[in-house]
Amino acid sequence: MNLKKESNIIIKIMFFTTILFLSGCSNNFLLPKGEIAIKQYSLIAIAFSLMLLIVVPVFIMIFFFVWKYKKNFYKNTYKPNWDHSNTIELAIWFFPILIISILSYLSYQSAHELEPSKPLSSVIKPVKIEVVSLDWKWLFIYPEENIATINEIVFPTNTPVEFRITSNSVMNSFFIPSLGSQIYAMPGMVSKLHLITNYPGFYKGISSNYSGRGFSDMKFKVLAINNQKLFHSWVKKVKKSYKKINNFNVFKKISIPDENHFIEYFSDINTGLFNKILKYNCESQD
Amino acid sequence: MFGKLTIAAIPYHEPIIFFTFIIIMIIGAFLFASITYFKKWKYLWNEWFTSVDHKKIAIMYFFVALIMFFRGFVDALMMRMQQFLSSGDNGNIVGNNFVGKSGYLTADHYDQIFTAHGVIMIFFVAMPLVIGIMNFVVPLQIGARDLAFPILNNLSFWLTVTGVVIINLSFFIGEFARTGWLSYPPLSGIKYSPGVGVDYWIWSLQLAGIGTTMTAINFIVTILKMRAKGMSLFKMPIFTWTSLCTNVLILASFPVLTATLLLLTLDRYFNFHLFTTEMGGNPMMYVNLIWIWGHPEVYILVLPAFGIFSEIVSTFSRKSLFGYFSLVWATISIMVLSFVVWLHHFFTMGAGANVNSFFGISTMVIAIPTGVKIFNWLFTMYRGRLYMHTSLLWTVGFLVTFTIGGMTGILLSLPSIDFMLHNSLFLVAHFHNVIIGGVLFGSFAGISYWFPKIFGFILNEKWGKRAFWFWITGFFIAFIPLYFLGLMGMTRRLSQHINHEFHYLLATSGFGTILIFIGIICQVIQFYVSVRDKNLNLDLTGDPWNGRTLEWSTCSPPPIYNFSILPVVKSKDDFWRRKIEQKDFFSISSLPEIKIPKNTNIGFFVGLFSVFLGFSAVWHISWMFFLSLFLIFFTFFVSGFNTSFKYSLSSKHVKNIEIENLLKQDYNNNDNHQR
Repeated sequence: MNLKKESNIIIKIMFFTTILFLSGCSNNFLLPKGEIAIKQYSLIAIAFSLMLLIVVPVFIMIFFFVWKYKKNFYKNTYKPNWDHSNTIELAIWFFPILIISILSYLSYQSAHELEPSKPLSSVIKPVKIEVVSLDWKWLFIYPEENIATINEIVFPTNTPVEFRITSNSVMNSFFIPSLGSQIYAMPGMVSKLHLITNYPGFYKGISSNYSGRGFSDMKFKVLAINNQKLFHSWVKKVKKSYKKINNFNVFKKISIPDENHFIEYFSDINTGLFNKILKYNCESQD
Repeated sequence: MFGKLTIAAIPYHEPIIFFTFIIIMIIGAFLFASITYFKKWKYLWNEWFTSVDHKKIAIMYFFVALIMFFRGFVDALMMRMQQFLSSGDNGNIVGNNFVGKSGYLTADHYDQIFTAHGVIMIFFVAMPLVIGIMNFVVPLQIGARDLAFPILNNLSFWLTVTGVVIINLSFFIGEFARTGWLSYPPLSGIKYSPGVGVDYWIWSLQLAGIGTTMTAINFIVTILKMRAKGMSLFKMPIFTWTSLCTNVLILASFPVLTATLLLLTLDRYFNFHLFTTEMGGNPMMYVNLIWIWGHPEVYILVLPAFGIFSEIVSTFSRKSLFGYFSLVWATISIMVLSFVVWLHHFFTMGAGANVNSFFGISTMVIAIPTGVKIFNWLFTMYRGRLYMHTSLLWTVGFLVTFTIGGMTGILLSLPSIDFMLHNSLFLVAHFHNVIIGGVLFGSFAGISYWFPKIFGFILNEKWGKRAFWFWITGFFIAFIPLYFLGLMGMTRRLSQHINHEFHYLLATSGFGTILIFIGIICQVIQFYVSVRDKNLNLDLTGDPWNGRTLEWSTCSPPPIYNFSILPVVKSKDDFWRRKIEQKDFFSISSLPEIKIPKNTNIGFFVGLFSVFLGFSAVWHISWMFFLSLFLIFFTFFVSGFNTSFKYSLSSKHVKNIEIENLLKQDYNNNDNHQR
């Protein structure tokens, strides 16, 4: 009776600590906002529960065996020389192999389905954004709209977004946690990433690969708007900016390292700037 | 004359560093003075520094690991503190974002700390612990008198110390790398890291790594050639098996590290452009190469820990190990597989779905033999008689933590999940879960298990168990929140203006670190109490735990020659068999004359000159570089004229030692009867 009471209390404590844990995590935690992130979270859940099929028995065995065989030496059977059993051997190889096989299939299938460079199927024409990581800020170029921003991106919901990503300095990783996949931004190379969001709102974007002094503040703001018209009015607003990147020397000035950069808009972009940056990083800069 | 070195390189303007510097100087001066006062220099030199005895070298490895563990742990405390403070409330608004605070460390300082923490904990704590335990146990377990190349063993040790000295010099003269523990280019290239930090990193690892490679050669030869008569490979104790596999891994992977570091050196010193994007280099080549070494490194650390746990489970369950063959084959398959998984460290490079799923699946396959091992240990406990010694507690703690760590590892091995969790605190929690739960717990278990064999007395159990409970609760409170933080999208290596919503979990994690700190204090007290009550806890029999393998058949601590008569082995767990059959272990009527390797000073001097070599390379002092290179070769050259490597211990001398040990045992038996 007493034992039961105690275990009840323990369960209550566990329940409330979990709630406490989760309440601090309202923003991103388990609240994915895009198709990719939703699939990734469900994959985590599936893989996790598949593994529990083995891990739970293991935990039970650990605690049961320790509890049982550390006392009552003379009641328990003691077999000092028993060190082999074909049945057990078969089982302990078979079950891990079984679970891992299922997980392997899942891994292969999901890796192909969620491959970041694979375009998302949608009737709506994707928004193209070119991303350049600088020390320590993000430059976003909208080639079709002929605008650029620093540390802010805006795109409509339910529209695929096609990112082409490179770096003008060291390696970074382009990551919007609520929307799923991240990918490295590497100098002289292009990575492709396709994302989509189904909910309007502000999201946080970060660099998730350490890149030096200003890395902690290399954050950017993501705004998903649920209306194509609003998106176009935002584009118009950016186009009104007097700042321009109309030749490569302007870009070079922008790329001078600084920390915690503010949001900036540029209205006129040198054509093919992204490719020029790529090429620039492969040439000798001495 | 002094290359890049100027007086400005000494960070006297940084209060934290300067304060530490002064404290260390005072401690150092005190140590120096007391050693001189008690006239112990000669003792240290003859009995320790120049010793080629594997048992003494092992103890020196433990000593180095202990000191560096202290530094690495202080780094960890500082990082937890910084993240806690900089995620605090009342942050300011910068740009359009609400951000947290700056904390008490600048980004520059913090970046050095996390780099140093990683490098120190892997290279100068985990490696010396594991190599130290192998050094002590392997020759005893296979019934050998020493390693195959005792002088080389001494040299390997001093090269490890060289690495330690160089990395600590960086603390006081100049700076350390601000690149993360693996120093990815282009960040570690000369353009983005023009300071000497990365050079300190390179030379510290390069010299220590060469020592480690030589250790591997030594162990492989020892295990393959010097086993006791009758001990075929499949009669070897599991720990020896895992040591063999680990050393094969070292021999196969450390040369890759050496080569990679060399290429980075060429890039930094001579503008080779191997890892820059300009002029045709490719930084991702470095990332591939470093992980071709880096992934096996993880198994280099954890395989011996598996061996330790196997010995402990079997001894304290008083049962023979379940599934010896499947354990051995599991170890071998882990050894092979660990070379085909390296790309899982950078799925986010975007190599494509096919490449990623290949490496994802090969990573998962490793989980199979690892899972089998866990079942083997469980079924060893099944129908046994468990004696809950501290080392068995660490083992049970390991089973729990490692299972969780393995589970999260498999999650990360799915490429599409890794795209979300890569570089997050989820990853940080995962690898601490397996490395602390596996390697560190393993070393603690191993040390408390073999302690009576090493020092001749038993460690205090009460404080050992307290330490365990603080460690394990602290560990879970410190690292479980990191899993949640990772899922919330917090990335690693953040130091400034951390999002306030992470604050409470970071605080929880910091609290866990403090519990671990109390655990460490308990271990210090345990050590103190054990030394104080040494005479009450002497291990006079040489076999305090009713052991199974050969190391327990000799006295504690073993005489310099380990075994007066080399054992002949008939089965695995041979000592256990002998005890059951109640055979007389040996007679002292006809003891042989024993040849023992002489002390050497090559190791110490080569180590010393290597410090000069590394230091001058870091600061571009070319005359000093070539001078120390010359001195290193000169030391080898001079020692080449040495023709006598061994001295002999006459059979009479051996007999005296043996009789003395037998008397100790007799005394113990009588004592037991009286009780």
